[in-house]
Amino acid sequence: MSAEPAITARGLTRRFRGVVAVDHLALEVPRAQIYGFLGPNGSGKTTTIRMLCGLLAPSEGDALVLGFHVPRETTRLRERIGYMTQKFSLYEDLTVAENLEFLADVYALRRSDAGARIDALCAEYRLEKLRGRLAGTLSGGQKQRLALAGAVIHRPDLLFLDEPTSAVDPESRRDFWESLFRLADGGTTILVSTHYMDEAERCHGLAILDRGVLVASGSPRALMDALAGAIVEVESEELRDARGALEPLAGVLSVAQLGTRLRVLTDCAEPAREIQRALDTAGVRASARPAAPSLEDVFVSATRGRGVAA
Amino acid sequence: MNFWRRSLAVARKEVRQLRRDRFTAGMIVGLPAIQLMLFGYAINTDVRHLRAGVADQAGTQLSRRLVDDAQASQVIDIVARAETPQQLEAWLRDGTIAVGLAIPRDFERRLALRDRAPAQLLIDGSDPAVQQATRSLAGLPVAVRSVPRAAREQPTFELRAFYNPERRSAVQIVPGLIGVILTMTMVLFTAVAIVRERERGNLELLINTPVRTTELMLGKIAPYVVIGMVQTTLILLLGRLAFDVPVRGSLLDLYVASLVFVAASLSLGLLFSTLVSTQMQAFQLTFMSFLPQILMSGFMFPFDGMPRPARAFAELLPLTHFVRLVRGVILRGATLGELLHELWPLAAFFAVTVSVAIARFRKRLD
Repeated sequence: MSAEPAITARGLTRRFRGVVAVDHLALEVPRAQIYGFLGPNGSGKTTTIRMLCGLLAPSEGDALVLGFHVPRETTRLRERIGYMTQKFSLYEDLTVAENLEFLADVYALRRSDAGARIDALCAEYRLEKLRGRLAGTLSGGQKQRLALAGAVIHRPDLLFLDEPTSAVDPESRRDFWESLFRLADGGTTILVSTHYMDEAERCHGLAILDRGVLVASGSPRALMDALAGAIVEVESEELRDARGALEPLAGVLSVAQLGTRLRVLTDCAEPAREIQRALDTAGVRASARPAAPSLEDVFVSATRGRGVAA
Repeated sequence: MNFWRRSLAVARKEVRQLRRDRFTAGMIVGLPAIQLMLFGYAINTDVRHLRAGVADQAGTQLSRRLVDDAQASQVIDIVARAETPQQLEAWLRDGTIAVGLAIPRDFERRLALRDRAPAQLLIDGSDPAVQQATRSLAGLPVAVRSVPRAAREQPTFELRAFYNPERRSAVQIVPGLIGVILTMTMVLFTAVAIVRERERGNLELLINTPVRTTELMLGKIAPYVVIGMVQTTLILLLGRLAFDVPVRGSLLDLYVASLVFVAASLSLGLLFSTLVSTQMQAFQLTFMSFLPQILMSGFMFPFDGMPRPARAFAELLPLTHFVRLVRGVILRGATLGELLHELWPLAAFFAVTVSVAIARFRKRLD
């Protein structure tokens, strides 16, 4: 395993009829890591992934993926990458085993190897009992395990996962992430897009995308530490009034309700004290306390104020 | 070799999917059978029993005799009698009758003088089949003793219909029908083949694998080539059993011709598949291509009857050449060697369309 990054993107840009979906994206993804793309719908996650595996031609810019030039050398790149699409894209009218056999043939796995490989994948992803089932009749979690098994059948060095857990229950999600960590331990680089904070937090590295622009990147810890601003939690019986008092305040970047509390992102010099004073002035009975920033705060701050630099 | 392995993988996948797709599987066998029965029995150029009306204003023994003879020819069935020719015209217009037989008062005088036709046939010219059929009625001799023998002229030519002496329609229809049925099924199968993968999202996965376009196309076509051969066999068998259509040429020649035609039709479907973005559009495009093929290929209407530009266009259609090929082999017992000039345009059609389809299909989403 060389030390050069798995992915280096330079000025990657894609326009669709004048609309910029991805805007001069620069990116570096180290090897054998799980790297996350965090962003709301329409932020350019899928478009970026498609460009990186050669499904879409960039309008501008290029990338080096596993040492292959994208978009020039995508044909050779394809044998070394796996791609799990957002929508289930295996054949629903083929059985689990038939789908895997098809992929084994398509990736030209050695015949002596193919059977054993399919057996191993079925064991790893708990598909043994489902081998004869039509893929279309599987549950969300089962489909996802099959899709992952299919995406890694040729032991790719780099795996792209586009919102892999959007149709899956929490337990299957945890399960799925365990599988991803095992793959990364085995040396596979994984690029995963998500809009779930808890998933993003599991990644080694993270890029936050907003409207096609990379607004922040780094490890989740570093991103939280670098948050420009502070978090103040407000507890009150009169949350609506408290919110009304805080939102127009200069220095308050965002207010979000979390159960019986408000989470206030602010760039005031003395956050808790100034918030408390504002609440008192407005005659709202409430108590304000400083709190540790979460990834969601980073996300909100990055996508709204674009206030985090990394 | 990986090329064959991947092509084969696509073909095997296609067969497995097809096996589970009961509707399509049913179409493979059902469509030829139904079409053959419908066309075989319904298309009958040998028209008989047209509804007819008579206005016999002469009312003589001779005129009644003429009406009886016309009836006896079986071309017409007299269903109504009118007083005047005007009444016949009215019936023609409202569709009560397809043929009117008007015999004027001076029928016998006209017959004797022979200066003009003694009676009149009013026919519904809006139906080409009626017009054809009544032509034989017009020449009906008035077989009566009082008319000089010379009036009952013998035809100048004696007609001998080669290859189909009984002039049975099924014999003319069934061979061409192989082409029509293959066109209907083959073009449609491949026209939806790639669009379906696009619609279901499979294409996104597929183009991210090392499968090459040529391998994909080849794998998609191969199973349908076999299906096309099965259909050909089915139509030949049914044609033999139900309509007693002989195969006079070599079966091998017939299958080679069908093979090339099937390939040409499949490649046309593939080309359609790369032009459209939904299965619905693929259906529409396919049906749009049926009409000119069926109407202009010479299957239904005589090729030589078309104006020159239409004939030039029809020469580009695969069905035109295939209809000539199958009629040649099945009915005239011709060999492929004698029909090479019809075989190579099919091969050329295949080569061109499949190349364009491959060139148009890019392994990208944009």
